[in-house]
Amino acid sequence: MGESKNLEIVGDQDFDEKILNSTIPALVDFWAAWCGPCRTVGPIVEELADEYAGKVKIAKLNVEDNRETPTRYGVRGIPTLMLFKNGQMVDQIVGAVPKGRIKELIDKVC
Amino acid sequence: MPEDLIIVGGGPAGLTAGMYAARARLPVRLLEGGVSGGQLNNTAVVENYPGVESIAGYELASLMERQALKFGLEIDRERAVGLAATRGGFTVETESGRAYHGRAVILALGATPVKLGIPGETDYSGKGVSYCAVCDGPFFRDQEIAVIGGGDSAVEEAVYLTRFAKKVHIIHRRDEFRAAKEIQEKALQEPKIEVHWSYVPVAILGNDGTEALRIQSVKDGSEQDLPVAGVFFYVGLKPMLIDGVRELAKTDDRGFIITDESMACSTPGLFAAGDVRSKVLRQIATAVGDGAVAAFAAQHYLEGGRHTQLG
Repeated sequence: MGESKNLEIVGDQDFDEKILNSTIPALVDFWAAWCGPCRTVGPIVEELADEYAGKVKIAKLNVEDNRETPTRYGVRGIPTLMLFKNGQMVDQIVGAVPKGRIKELIDKVC
Repeated sequence: MPEDLIIVGGGPAGLTAGMYAARARLPVRLLEGGVSGGQLNNTAVVENYPGVESIAGYELASLMERQALKFGLEIDRERAVGLAATRGGFTVETESGRAYHGRAVILALGATPVKLGIPGETDYSGKGVSYCAVCDGPFFRDQEIAVIGGGDSAVEEAVYLTRFAKKVHIIHRRDEFRAAKEIQEKALQEPKIEVHWSYVPVAILGNDGTEALRIQSVKDGSEQDLPVAGVFFYVGLKPMLIDGVRELAKTDDRGFIITDESMACSTPGLFAAGDVRSKVLRQIATAVGDGAVAAFAAQHYLEGGRHTQLG
């Protein structure tokens, strides 16, 4: 599984710049290596990065290396997918869900 | 190209069935919508799988997958959503709209944690309520949490959670655990664990996140609030059925698929293996046993045209 070139890797340092200040909506996948269900969602997120290229920024944030951002947004379970628009968190899904549900989340606000 | 055998589900039962079928050189395809391993991926550490002293759940999952692939098993990343009997076999429909045809099908659909449905459980999902200790445990460093249940999973995961939490409350509706004795001993010796015997959870309280769990005594109805930031539910499993299964396979009162000793369902050519099956013990060890038997029985069915007595 090669990583999609449209997938952004973000962390605590560049979260504001890359996600909150993004000119297009952004979906962030909060994940960690220890989390099995995250491995289910990972490949789906990569596919979405290609499908929504240029329209929605798709990003991953490793919660093990970056603890500040998950705390800021009250993440207490992973995988969590959060959708940001104009610097605001507008919706989220917690847990591994089918691709269709993630697309619904994105399409509802984008 | 229709396959002879379609295996639905890539947990330990499905992967084992796939490995046996591939070794038997059956034209076989396995459908798995997520990552292989099923509930193994939600299991922190496995310590009761023979031959492996201790291994992370996801690692055992990838070892099983690798072994099956080595023997030539084909795995398609497709999530099955429906099953139907069609001419000469079965059709499995997937979420992406594809249809797979097989003369025989092994349903290794697995099971998923039961939700209790108490107030707050849904609202605080991902905000303190969890069904996966290995995923979410690290978010509760130095905090108090609660684990609901008294079976193997509940007690084992409670012990695991003491790595992170300051204190782990176990809420169990009976006055003794069902978990294996060795697991119980570990829990009862762990100073960070407090067991609330004969209590049931009644509500999860909080604002932005979980702040407390209200529990009620089954003996006198008295209630108390435990100041916990997280609640982990391990109160049992329900089968992950797809459309059409109930029409083609008999199920028990909880929806688990009834099979005979050779994993055959009530419709010839249809087999079930692993946690989705009606059985007395759901473990990795029993799932792989089911998978091996199901593949063998499916092979007999395909070669003989009908299912016959084995052994």
